[in-house]
Amino acid sequence: MPEIRVTPLGAGQDVGRSCILVSIAGKNVMLDCGMHMGFSDDRRFPDFSYITRSGRLTDFLDCVIISHFHLDHCGALPYFSEMVGYDGPIYMTQPTQAICPILLEDYRKIAVDKKGEANFFTSQMIKDCMKKVVAVHLHQTVQVDDELEIKAYYAGHVLGAAMFQIKVGSESVVYTGDYNMTPDRHLGAAWIDKCRPNLLITESTYATTIRDSKRCRERDFLKKVHETVERGGKVLIPVFALGRAQELCILLETFWERMDLKAPIYFSTGLTEKANHYYKLFIPWTNQKIRKTFVQRNMFEFKHIKAFDRAFADSPGPMVIMPGYCVQGTVGHKILSGQRKLEMEGRQVLEVKMQVEYMSFSAHADAKGIMQLVGQAEPENVLLVHGEAKKMEFLKQKIEQEFRVSCYMPANGETVTLPTSPSIPVGISLGLLKREMAQGLLPDAKKPRLLHGTLIMKDSNFRLVSSEQALKELGLAEHQLRFTCRVHLHDTRKEQEMAMRVYSHLKSVLKDHCVQHLPDGSVTVESILVQAAAHSEDPGTKVLLVSWTYQDEELGSYLTSLLKKGLPQAS
Amino acid sequence: MAAHLKKRVYEEFTKVVQQQQEEAATKKLRMTKPSKSAALHIDLCKATSPADALQYLLQFARKPVEAESVEGVVRILLEHYYKENDSSVRLKIASLLGLLSKTAGFSPDCIMDDAINILQNEKSHQVLAQLLDTLLAIGTKLPENQAIQMRLVDVACKHLTDTSHGVRNKCLQLLGNLGSLDKNVTKDAEGLAVRDVQKIIGDYFNDQDPRVRTAAIKAMLQLHERGLKLHQTIYNQACKLLSDDYEQVRSAAVQLIWVVSQLYPESIVPIPSSNEEIRLVDDAFGKICHMVSDGSWMVRVQAAKLLGSMEQVSSHFLEQTLDKKLMSDLRRKRTAHERAKELYSSGEFSSGRKWGDDAPKEEIDTGAVNLIESGACGAFVHGLEDEMYEVRIAAVEALCMLAQSSPSFAEKCLDFLVDMFNDEIEEVRLQSIHTMRKISNNITLREDQLDTVLAVLEDSSRDIREALHELLCCTNVSTKEGIHLALVELLKNLTKYPTDRDSIWKCLKFLGSRHPTLVLPLVPELLSTHPFFDTAEPDMDDPAYIAVLVLIFNAAKTCPTMPALFSDHTFRHYAYLRDSLSHLVPALRLPGRKLVSSGLSPNITPHEDPSHQFLQQSLERVYSLQHLDPQGTQELLEFTIRDLQRLGELQSELAGVADFSATYLRCQLLLIKALQEKLWNVAAPLYLKQSDLASAAAKQIMEETYKMEFMYSGVENKQVVIIHHMRLQAKALQLIVTARTARGVDPLFGMCEKFLQEVDFFQRCFIADLPHLQDSFVDKLLDLMPRLMTSKPAEVVKILQTMLRQSTFLHLPLPEQIHKASATIIEPAGESDNPLRFTSGLVVALDIDATLEHVQDPQNTVKVQVLYPDGQAQMIHPKPADFRNPGPGRHRLITQVFLSHTAWTEPCQVEVRLLLAYNSSSRIPKSPWNEGGEMSPQVETSIEGTIPFSKSVKVYIMPKPARR
Repeated sequence: MPEIRVTPLGAGQDVGRSCILVSIAGKNVMLDCGMHMGFSDDRRFPDFSYITRSGRLTDFLDCVIISHFHLDHCGALPYFSEMVGYDGPIYMTQPTQAICPILLEDYRKIAVDKKGEANFFTSQMIKDCMKKVVAVHLHQTVQVDDELEIKAYYAGHVLGAAMFQIKVGSESVVYTGDYNMTPDRHLGAAWIDKCRPNLLITESTYATTIRDSKRCRERDFLKKVHETVERGGKVLIPVFALGRAQELCILLETFWERMDLKAPIYFSTGLTEKANHYYKLFIPWTNQKIRKTFVQRNMFEFKHIKAFDRAFADSPGPMVIMPGYCVQGTVGHKILSGQRKLEMEGRQVLEVKMQVEYMSFSAHADAKGIMQLVGQAEPENVLLVHGEAKKMEFLKQKIEQEFRVSCYMPANGETVTLPTSPSIPVGISLGLLKREMAQGLLPDAKKPRLLHGTLIMKDSNFRLVSSEQALKELGLAEHQLRFTCRVHLHDTRKEQEMAMRVYSHLKSVLKDHCVQHLPDGSVTVESILVQAAAHSEDPGTKVLLVSWTYQDEELGSYLTSLLKKGLPQAS
Repeated sequence: MAAHLKKRVYEEFTKVVQQQQEEAATKKLRMTKPSKSAALHIDLCKATSPADALQYLLQFARKPVEAESVEGVVRILLEHYYKENDSSVRLKIASLLGLLSKTAGFSPDCIMDDAINILQNEKSHQVLAQLLDTLLAIGTKLPENQAIQMRLVDVACKHLTDTSHGVRNKCLQLLGNLGSLDKNVTKDAEGLAVRDVQKIIGDYFNDQDPRVRTAAIKAMLQLHERGLKLHQTIYNQACKLLSDDYEQVRSAAVQLIWVVSQLYPESIVPIPSSNEEIRLVDDAFGKICHMVSDGSWMVRVQAAKLLGSMEQVSSHFLEQTLDKKLMSDLRRKRTAHERAKELYSSGEFSSGRKWGDDAPKEEIDTGAVNLIESGACGAFVHGLEDEMYEVRIAAVEALCMLAQSSPSFAEKCLDFLVDMFNDEIEEVRLQSIHTMRKISNNITLREDQLDTVLAVLEDSSRDIREALHELLCCTNVSTKEGIHLALVELLKNLTKYPTDRDSIWKCLKFLGSRHPTLVLPLVPELLSTHPFFDTAEPDMDDPAYIAVLVLIFNAAKTCPTMPALFSDHTFRHYAYLRDSLSHLVPALRLPGRKLVSSGLSPNITPHEDPSHQFLQQSLERVYSLQHLDPQGTQELLEFTIRDLQRLGELQSELAGVADFSATYLRCQLLLIKALQEKLWNVAAPLYLKQSDLASAAAKQIMEETYKMEFMYSGVENKQVVIIHHMRLQAKALQLIVTARTARGVDPLFGMCEKFLQEVDFFQRCFIADLPHLQDSFVDKLLDLMPRLMTSKPAEVVKILQTMLRQSTFLHLPLPEQIHKASATIIEPAGESDNPLRFTSGLVVALDIDATLEHVQDPQNTVKVQVLYPDGQAQMIHPKPADFRNPGPGRHRLITQVFLSHTAWTEPCQVEVRLLLAYNSSSRIPKSPWNEGGEMSPQVETSIEGTIPFSKSVKVYIMPKPARR
């Protein structure tokens, strides 16, 4: 029985360390290769020993696909390819390919230089790893090998984020990565066609949330910033997710432009600045507005936004706006929950002297968005990853209820097996098809049609040909198969007369067929022969001999049953 | 080259043949084959390869064919069709047949048999499709002929089973366009089985090819457009198509569902999976709403647009479209809109200071949450947040239309519209502001909403700000704080963008007159009066102060207690402003002053209106006095012209008619005066000098007639005739004057011929109107035409002279609605003493802002003219995008002109004015053949002349010599 097997190594009922193994029609694909923010021991990387304990991973994996450049989706890549060992292709989109090494390098610096970790991947390893990357375009079908093909769809979320369709023959799996169904200021909305995959693996970060319209958020944000700036205050916006920084920059920049404001905007040098350089280049990946206007002006060439200068640090009344998701235990979370005093490392106590406002600018799809995507793709099964178990439970129930498809939510290391029934393509010879077409009406897509032919299975392909051709190809002689049947009828008349009656009866019943009365007294209907003879013992009974070939089985049996009912009384 | 030469030969040959044909019109023969077909025939015979033949056909298709030669051409084409083996040539011939059958004046029923015949033997699918297209052209040309239509429908049904989608497409198109609408009428179509076209088309909703499915739906829509009532059963079929894999099918299906929902709004349909039933229009509304979140943006646009026109939908469903149940971690959360509303009603101002005020409250029952909205839920919320601005604009438009028909919905959608003011695309922002203006009668803005609205006043786009001012003009504000806020923001706007002055004043005028009671408590604060102390008198020229006064005075108009709060200088300022800005400051009933009544009550219909009667009477007086002595006529005309001009000044609604008539009378006056000249009685050489007057008169009449023809909107054909007639008279006058003054006959000869051509042209253009011109100049002229053609110039002149004197004065029928085009240049104001300095040889951009009234097609006609002191004139064509259309009959031109000149020693003024370009040949209809095909770009762009129609504005400029 063909089947699709899915095993999450990370992100199973969890957020972070996305890494999902998929086996489809004998091909093994690894989706994402991320790290976990919450751990700094071995648990931060997926457990690759699950794949193999010895030997190189290349022999067990056909390809690796990275959905986007966030570290929880690509952070373990150098470790996986260089330290564990993988030489196969790694697929990602071009923006991801460009920005991913910046983030990995940044991650490495923090881990090695700041935290002083040993046995970590090196810069050279990042470079070597990136050499194995193959870039894909949106909607480009990439043949990984003869059978396995992948195709990227736009996912929103961050620049270059993509959903991937993995297809072998007629079986397919769609992996969404992280995606966003509502467009924002610099990215469009995720979109997928009705590809009807066997399995849709979707993220479910906001499985139990339905968000307010983004316009309210934006308006609130801009209003707060504007008010503070007009009062002469300063605004500090810590943005921890790359991509969100650009979003806010665009938002502020356009607002400044529209309102003709003069107050300067600064953003921190380093990561954001470097990444912004690539944002300028990948305009086709942004939303409609930026794509349409970039001829006049590239929206990422900020006019009001400059790199930060430390001289501006002291300020009398700053305000903090924290976008996104603040993990429990972080300073951000403490400030948000209203603590006025912060205990820093080393017993230092800091007083919070600022107004704090919280706004969510997250770029994940909410529950409605997830449902919308499922509706668009029309999958046969859904599998939830990248979310909390409790929330997944709710969404799972909803998906099963609304779409009537089965939904899975495996934990890390747990394997889901889906039986599939792949369709097998059969070639048909044109001659045969035309011949069959000539017999009946147009083929109707909705109705099955009966077709006579011979199925030839040779090597691994199937062909449907006419029986003559099949015989010829296989070098076989044709055997004639004839059915004969005797029908006893009570009739005292002569054979000749009998034959005449049979003839007129059949002629009146079978109007569409060619019924003939031959001179030797027999009757033919197409190629079926009917002969009347007197019964050897009982002269009152006549025997009708009906004979037909195998090909005319349908008509022949019909004729027999007709004759068995007897002839109508002569008037 | 050879081919070209040959064609010329044939063309010349053509002429001869046609003339022969004319002469021998009684012997009607096909022998004199129309030359076109002959040439084509020879060309096609010559063609050695299919490619050659194709080339000839393509060449042939570029030139028009006259109606009388169409049939011959068709025969030739058909003949070649039978012989041709190459399908591409056959395809081209088939398409030519279709094109030819569209020729005006040709009845295509004769080629139908042939077309059907060749259709039966054709094997190529493409050619088949093209032939069906040709049949469609034939069928649409003969809409009355039932039998032919039945036959064509039959043919179409026969080919519906074709394997090619193209052929099936065309068949369905044919059915949609020609399928019989009413079964009773078709009885006379003998023997042909009456087919149920709807059923046949409906069967193809399930075709395997998406293109055919689309064509089937389109054909169905076509049937509907032609007036056939679609069956309700289609509704279910169409609903199934909504989940089609192909976007064009879904898009068409949405349209079909909309059509059915409009046809049967009140029918009841069951809801699947439950026992309930709802109205069909509600069900359709829900389904179309669902399509607003479709995967394809084309479908989304289509769906969003159609939502707007579903007015019969129940309010319950309508309001759902704005509803989106929020939740966070399975707990119910209120939307920002709800929170804002609550905050407002609880009296607290400004939100967001508290952490967690948006924290989710009550728990939600997991079973009750419906993530896939079955009905209309949240359709607009999605539509307004869409990725593509086309969808957003469509959604805003739909919102507007629905809100106009339902006040309660208008109230609800307000929050969303206000949110759209912050859209990233300017068009969307503008659209939502306009929408808000349209529904402003139904709504009252809350303070927090007003706050958001006013924030947009700082927008740097002028269009947005002006749209917002217009919005504020008709907004209802609920509190006095609201008014105060609006005023403060408007003043802020004024300081930031001083060019908005007029627009802001106008806005405040309406704001004041709409909310007198709200302004009243604000007056002391606004005028900064103090109960005990006298405050300093504000600067009268300060635009901000004027703005405040405009608000207060307009409020005071309906609030008699207000003037009591004014201080002395306020009254003085009132008097000043009432005079200087009378359009902004109303007449007030002030203590100790008499109110000057405006006198006229507005509700008198135009015909009872005494001034209108006066106009009629004075005109009739003029027309009735045909045979007065010259002196008396002149005087009467002069008086009447004066009267009309004054009337136009007094009664703005009659200004157009009065001006128009006055101009006409002036022309007549000039003509009479010119004919009175003594020069006619004396020998020519002596009167060179006097003739100046006559020729000047002729010239002026010409100018005036052009003004009459092109500067007024609403001029009808009967007026155009009279105007042209007057012009013809002027031309005759000119000819006579030239004849008398010019030496030698040669120039006269040419002029004479030209004049006769003009007459001929006049006759051709206005042949239908000639009976109305009894006894007129042209009437007599046409009587004598054969004689004029043959006589010498001198004789012609003599005849013309007598005829001009004898001809009567034509009555000018007054058009229903006539408005004179006018333009005012707002910017540059021409007040500046500081010259605009720039380096000579380089350019300086001058911003021009002008309002145009009653100009038709300003994009093509309005030009900007710059006159330099050295007499050099420059004409600038503004871009079409520079024209905005704020209201019917009104246009706004905001453009830049570039000035440049060589260096001057001192600053000097250039004049800027607007011109109206005209082209009299544009009134002549074009030939039908060229429609759609490659147009020859000749007539459209040329300008025959221009009329200045605005006051010129002087701009002080100074080109400096370039520094080395």
